[in-house]
Amino acid sequence: MRAVDALMECLKAEGVDVVFGYPGGANLPTYDAFVDAGIHHVLVRHEAGGGHAAEGYAKVTGKVGVSFGTSGPGATNLVTPIVDAMMDSVPVVFFTGQVRTDLLGTDGFQEADTIGITMPAVKHSFMITDPRELPRIIHEAFHIARTGRPGPVLIDLPMDLSKADIAYERVTDVHLPGYQPRTTGNAKQIKQAARALAAARRPIIYAGGGVVAAGAADELRDLVRTGKFPITCTLMGLGAYPAPDEQWVGMLGMHGTRAANYAMDEADLICAVGARFDDRITGKLSEFAPRAKFIHIDVDPAEISKNIPAHIPIVGDAKQILGKLVDEYRALETDAGRLDPWWQRIHTWQERHPLTYEPGDGHEIKPQSVIEAIYRVTGGDAIVCSDVGQHQMWAAQYYHFPEPRRWVNSGGLGTMGFGLPAAIGAQMGDPERTTVVVTGDGSIQMNIQELATIKQENLPIKVVVLNNGYLGMVRQWQELFWQERYSHVDMNTFGGEEASPDFVKLADAYGIRGVRLTEAASLEDDLRAAFEAEGPAFIDVRVTRDEKVYPMIAPGEPARNMVG
Amino acid sequence: MVDTNEILSLDELEAAGNIHTGRKHVLSILVENKPGVLTRISGLFTRRGFNIDTLSVGPTDDERISRITLTLDGAVHPIDQVTKQLHKLVNVLKIKDLEPSETVARELALFKVSCDGQTRSEIRELAEVFRGKVVDVGRRSIIVEITGERSKIEAFERLVRPYGLVEMIRTGEVAIARGREET
Repeated sequence: MRAVDALMECLKAEGVDVVFGYPGGANLPTYDAFVDAGIHHVLVRHEAGGGHAAEGYAKVTGKVGVSFGTSGPGATNLVTPIVDAMMDSVPVVFFTGQVRTDLLGTDGFQEADTIGITMPAVKHSFMITDPRELPRIIHEAFHIARTGRPGPVLIDLPMDLSKADIAYERVTDVHLPGYQPRTTGNAKQIKQAARALAAARRPIIYAGGGVVAAGAADELRDLVRTGKFPITCTLMGLGAYPAPDEQWVGMLGMHGTRAANYAMDEADLICAVGARFDDRITGKLSEFAPRAKFIHIDVDPAEISKNIPAHIPIVGDAKQILGKLVDEYRALETDAGRLDPWWQRIHTWQERHPLTYEPGDGHEIKPQSVIEAIYRVTGGDAIVCSDVGQHQMWAAQYYHFPEPRRWVNSGGLGTMGFGLPAAIGAQMGDPERTTVVVTGDGSIQMNIQELATIKQENLPIKVVVLNNGYLGMVRQWQELFWQERYSHVDMNTFGGEEASPDFVKLADAYGIRGVRLTEAASLEDDLRAAFEAEGPAFIDVRVTRDEKVYPMIAPGEPARNMVG
Repeated sequence: MVDTNEILSLDELEAAGNIHTGRKHVLSILVENKPGVLTRISGLFTRRGFNIDTLSVGPTDDERISRITLTLDGAVHPIDQVTKQLHKLVNVLKIKDLEPSETVARELALFKVSCDGQTRSEIRELAEVFRGKVVDVGRRSIIVEITGERSKIEAFERLVRPYGLVEMIRTGEVAIARGREET
């Protein structure tokens, strides 16, 4: 059979039921094979949309997402999703077309050095030079993408080789001598970690996206409840521990709660699980958690002691390690009462500094209240796909995720335009669950063409735009740190007239029901009506223009100096 | 009650120090002999801001595997982080941070030095002392080949520089562990 037909067989063998892509010249053979393959291919409207959709699918299902693009511009359009998947450890296999081998290196039409361009941003990549190797390489790519610390893998397939006739045999194992991720943590280290937790007077568990990726939420909850430990999660880890819970102290970091950040600052022991001490978490690194010792559990050894030297490093799979850690902890005689003063201190912070915002004048809609309304309307049970900016932080603060894989956002790379296409993948991965896009009037315009994909696939996605007519987060920084010198953040007024499109009409042009909300009093009822109506909805909510995200750790400051 | 015998005192915990070792490191890296492997390694060094002092690549007794020997400064770079990042490359099979005292390291250098009738013999004598070889003699220049440890090559360079060093080329170090054990 043709190599591309073998490709389809390999996808089916990997259990792939949906892929996201865009055809072109160099991948014509692949698209010919799709005709008879019986695989659901979603035609996106831009390759970047396809890449992000594959990410959304992977984040919600835990399975490997798959994205297709052609050579040259098709491949370069995939660069952003590839880097995004690398930063957030999302398992996606990208297939790019490539020009014929006799044209390689001659600047042929739609030729780009895809392998070279993407090399620093992939977990691994393969250039196909012998079509007989394609089946084995596809399975290796899936194996690398999903195991260890997940990430993007790219396969570049020259057009002539993709048409070549090969003898296909199902591949049953992979041989990667240089790739052996460690799964079981060192037993001695785990025992030591349990003893350290038992000795701690001011411990805190700091969980990141790695807990979600490892499917370790149950084990995490077990550990937290067994030890009566306070728990905080990173932006990527939201949902790893149920937010509506008394041991939950909120998200930490730049826009986290004061309780979480102060607890990190005063802790004597921090147990980091699947988290990487990013600069948005630590603030000023030299003054981060000055009294703490660190347990660091991560599947990627390079994360350990990268930013913060770990006292007890444990390399391996969070699910296995946390399971053993709970057992070790239970075997020790501990006195939960030793944490009472610590909890009192945390409760004081919680009472003194709850997440809050100034109420509006009764008519204006506060952006935070929109998230609270979405939370109530969806019963806290939706998948929320966010773009990047102020709305992302408000969604993280005010939507209290009860389960992992419900919160889909671009954390590491901070990719505007991520939310809408990611929701396409998310909805296809979990068709029955309400899927909401929380976005801004800036972000939505970066991939708004994907409304057509939503229409074509008839996906009941609810898009909520927190429309303040500004690039709000940049504006916030200009206001706070650049002496209110506003530079190119106003999307709304151009010569006194509105410059942004009429989103309701635009949605209508895409065949999607649009509605504009401007009145605070009826916000929740209006939202409920829009959510309950069948099919997709596009909801343009006009919110307070100059609202800022608080509290905040100013850049370069330690956490204890939070403002707002 | 907390049983103090069973429980670890937090004060006893010491963070893994020695992140910057302050000395030169020779990393011997076995990689799959596939296209683009060297680019992946050099790209990783660029992206993470690591600076390679010397680098040499060559085949091994197994044609599917190449050996890369690279040296870098442990005063400037966290070696531990360098090796962990290298390990993440799928084509990297094995990395050994060679102990200086347990390692034989050699580098080859070619020196093209200006000379005239009188200085030519002086340079030849110096080459002999360094167990070097004269590999080319011209009317106004002479080429000397020196093999040895980095310090020996640098010493020879200091000696011939006053004669007029036209150019010099060095291979970068290759290194192998002493004794029966494989590098």
